[in-house]
Amino acid sequence: MAETPGRFDAVVVGAGPAGSAAALALARAGRSVVLLERGPFPGSKNVYGGVVYGRVLDEIAPRWWEEVPVQRWVVRRSTMLLTGTQALSVDFHTEAWAAPPYNGMTVYRADFDAWLAGKAVDAGARLVTATVATGLLRDRAGRVVGVRTDRPDGDLHAQVVIACDGVNSFLAKEAGLLPRADAAHHTLGVKEVLALPREVIEERFGLRAGQGLDIEMLGCTRGIPGGGFLYTNADTVSVGVILDLTGLAAAAVRPEELLADLKAHPAVAPYLRGATVKEYSAHLIPEGGYDAMPRLHHDGLLIAGDAAGMTLAAGIWVEGVNFAIGSGLAAGRAAAVAVADGDVSRRSLAAYRREVERSFVLADHKRLRGAPRLLLSERLQRHYPALACDLAEGVFTVDNPTPKPGIWRLLRRAAARHGVRLRHLAADAVRFARVYG
Amino acid sequence: MSSPTVDRWDDLSFEERMATVDFRVGERPHIVVDAEVCRSCTTRACVTACPADLFSPTADGGILFNYEQCFECGTCYMVCNREGAISWTYPDGGYGVVFRHG
Repeated sequence: MAETPGRFDAVVVGAGPAGSAAALALARAGRSVVLLERGPFPGSKNVYGGVVYGRVLDEIAPRWWEEVPVQRWVVRRSTMLLTGTQALSVDFHTEAWAAPPYNGMTVYRADFDAWLAGKAVDAGARLVTATVATGLLRDRAGRVVGVRTDRPDGDLHAQVVIACDGVNSFLAKEAGLLPRADAAHHTLGVKEVLALPREVIEERFGLRAGQGLDIEMLGCTRGIPGGGFLYTNADTVSVGVILDLTGLAAAAVRPEELLADLKAHPAVAPYLRGATVKEYSAHLIPEGGYDAMPRLHHDGLLIAGDAAGMTLAAGIWVEGVNFAIGSGLAAGRAAAVAVADGDVSRRSLAAYRREVERSFVLADHKRLRGAPRLLLSERLQRHYPALACDLAEGVFTVDNPTPKPGIWRLLRRAAARHGVRLRHLAADAVRFARVYG
Repeated sequence: MSSPTVDRWDDLSFEERMATVDFRVGERPHIVVDAEVCRSCTTRACVTACPADLFSPTADGGILFNYEQCFECGTCYMVCNREGAISWTYPDGGYGVVFRHG
């Protein structure tokens, strides 16, 4: 690696999954790269909502499952619709996800992100922790030529900067790629990690040793657009709520109250009985989807991961870390080619956009571009969980000596009770089919 | 107990909740709130939305802010509707919140 002091081929800001993947791709291509992390170690500022889908790691380590710091391999995936007193679950368990290459895993980000950053370091990237990139360095033409840091004499010059500085990406904001504040397209996640003995977790959730469960929930946020989640780690359970920022601000409810509600729900509380809180955390999530995504490149600058709004919040699928890694790898590769060609203009760096459009990274987002609007819609959030629960209660309640009502009648009755017209139901079914079909 | 059927076994206080989080407090307040600007604000969304409960209304109509137990999440400036009320930066490198189980 040709390296003059203070000048690198690339600076990657943020050693989360996007940044470490980008640094890895650059280092593998033989480029000199500095990977900056503002926390004391990679992952120390990061929080997620449940599952890392690992197949994107095939490119990073061929038998990654033998070394990744996993908590549990997810074999059970549930979706739960809640009202104050009811819960309707769709619960799926498969042994297909219990063996390599697995499907999803639960992790602690402090472990997982540090592992991934280690892969970048092994490939030749230089990791610098406890350092904040405080701004962009630009030449007279406005091209990005490095970053300013909070270290003394901390200017780092580079041909390309890859901003993987997360959901608040001040670098992308400074470059004019992201708006200063955008409450409409962000949610707040608050989470508690609760300690329970390993065997208790396996007994309560019907799991064998090392196996895990992920539950996504709807209807547990007092009508604030959002949802809840619960997933198992080795000897803890993580429980959280996701809250639309605009809705949260308007409702004037404290986030931890909503989390306490969920933990006290009669269908959730028994899972958590006797557990003690190990850590409380909060983080923003960019949930705007494809239509809210910023431009991904500028002269000398690429953005990836949460900075580029790449969390997929599509209800059936809730993913983010895999998109961060996928976009980071693509950004790193595009930057390496641009540096090798001696052309880091936005025209040259547009290869990144083309690559992510071809891969799952933007293909999934594009296909599901209607999901955020559908999922956060009034009827889906406020009425459908209760409607579904009432319908289920009607179907399963044996009310002898009254004869059983037909399901169609129960549906009409439940819909009427929640102010939903059948033509709305039909219209939403069509929307659903369009978004997910 | 909010109702006899609800199993609220672990209602921990907010202080106890925050005590589970590791904060390496730096000397520089990384977020500065301009109480003058806040005086004209009627919504005060930051006060309820901040997951660390760091914004307190004062008797004279301003807002008191304490940066020490901040998650660095960004909720406050996102929900703020008064330009210039919240100056938001990250803590200096190595300081601030440290999540172990994020």
